[in-house]
Amino acid sequence: METIDKVSAKTNNKVGLGSTDKRSLFWVFFILGLLILTSLVYAQADRYYMYLVVYMWFGLTYGMMLQYGRFCMASASRDLFAAGVPRMAVGIMVALVFFSLVQAILHATDMSTFTPAPFGIHMPIAGMIFGIGMVLAGGCASGTLYKVGEGNGTSFLALLGICFGQAIFAIAGGPLRSLLPQSWIESSAAKGLPPEMVNSWFDVYLTGYVWNQPTIQISKTKFIENTFPGASAYFVGDALLNAIIPAILLLTLIYIAVVRKGFIKKIKKAKGSSSLRDDLAGFWSMITASKRTTIMGVLIGITAGLHIWVLAGMQKKFAISNFGELLTRMGHAGDVSIRGTVFDPGYWYITTQEAQFAAWIMEKFGIDMRSNVFFGVVNGIPELWRNPALWMSIGIIFGAAIIALINKEFKLKLPKGELIALGIIGGLLMGMGSRPSLGCNIGAFFIRAAGGDPNGWLYLLGMAAGAFVGVKWLNWYTERKMEKQMQAFDI
Amino acid sequence: MAMKFEKTGEGTYMLDVCGYVCPHPQIYTKKSLEKMGEGDVVEVIMDNPSSAETIQQMCDQAGHDILDKKHEDGKIIMKIEKG
Repeated sequence: METIDKVSAKTNNKVGLGSTDKRSLFWVFFILGLLILTSLVYAQADRYYMYLVVYMWFGLTYGMMLQYGRFCMASASRDLFAAGVPRMAVGIMVALVFFSLVQAILHATDMSTFTPAPFGIHMPIAGMIFGIGMVLAGGCASGTLYKVGEGNGTSFLALLGICFGQAIFAIAGGPLRSLLPQSWIESSAAKGLPPEMVNSWFDVYLTGYVWNQPTIQISKTKFIENTFPGASAYFVGDALLNAIIPAILLLTLIYIAVVRKGFIKKIKKAKGSSSLRDDLAGFWSMITASKRTTIMGVLIGITAGLHIWVLAGMQKKFAISNFGELLTRMGHAGDVSIRGTVFDPGYWYITTQEAQFAAWIMEKFGIDMRSNVFFGVVNGIPELWRNPALWMSIGIIFGAAIIALINKEFKLKLPKGELIALGIIGGLLMGMGSRPSLGCNIGAFFIRAAGGDPNGWLYLLGMAAGAFVGVKWLNWYTERKMEKQMQAFDI
Repeated sequence: MAMKFEKTGEGTYMLDVCGYVCPHPQIYTKKSLEKMGEGDVVEVIMDNPSSAETIQQMCDQAGHDILDKKHEDGKIIMKIEKG
């Protein structure tokens, strides 16, 4: 099996700094200079702002790796269903394996910022909505960000959809509230929150349903704690049982369903028969078929772990558990929620910061965005330049732009035709699909699956089902367009 | 904007999917190849880098040959022979 990297080597133009034109190079250095200058301004203003700077530079690193590895989680399920290509699914599983091991080390050394999320049926349902959205929009949450960095206008519309879809979803009330179960309303009222802060249907859903659900972390279950005492519980329970074994099983399933038939056919043609050894070779060829994606998977996994380690270290240094405490110390109490917190995940996470961005804009138009649980009680609405996770998203866009410019892949592409509608609708669906699960494909799947929370796999299940539905619709739609084109000639 | 799939000669085709994001370019390329005869060649023009990566692997698995791949002004042009 000739790997696609070999094909690339034969057919690609040379790429890299040496072949980058001066104009692109100017923009690369301009972006880097701008970020260095911004970092220096923050450092000069207050040392606490270095917390934001860490998010920014890790964001830049993610963006570079995502663009170079074409690392869009949407394509993991979508390319499997649409084109029978496992490249991205392999990359994600490789990243997951490495990230889970780093997470286990961080847990074992008490340097983790990870917390499991409430477990329940809401995860696959939200995942399904998100899955449909990401197929229509052409990228997942982080994929959309890195494609914005490539100059893609459709992805920019999808990003706006993610931002406003979430913000509107979080504050919507009206008829949606009348559909809520009485038990949720009663349970929400019993939480003792100020009644004026519980308004939207999402407030009731969050406080009356999600907050009641149990959280599960495999290393903290009685069986694992008793069987594997001490730090080994994190390696066996969280990494091995919740991430590595499921990842290997999923890859084996993908090999059998998608790759094996073609690979063994080639082997039989050449040798006349095949053995288990050939299957192992086929499995390995699937893993290494796209080296750039697989290598980026390894690096992303390790970087995501380092990100947690650095932020956990800063939290210890500043004796905080949330950046909102630093904002309050610096006199920016208006940025934080009534609990004194802002959205500060402590790891790679997309979506909530985009919701805050939309809420910040909507607030400027006179809409009350703080009388609710999502923004008012939990996440706050910091000024954009004081929003830690938003700097991570900005970093991703800039990081992707740098690599795209270097590799002559940056191109401003205005969205046209049906892609305008698909981008906006897909983005809105991703926004709505990331709220009930308290995260997207990164926060709800990748981080949780690697951290020992089985919720991550529930979200992936829903996301794959949603992608399947989205691809079915796209197949039907594109077939009609192809038939129209083919009316002009015989084939 | 619309995708273009045209016959450019005997056994040769052109698929222009510029402006499209994933998964459109790979879906259109797959459908074009399904409709073409063995040995026919299609020139795929796209500007979504991640689609090119997927199309390469798709061709590798299905036994189609990538005769040429080049970057021109932010566009990726791939010449694929159906195997």
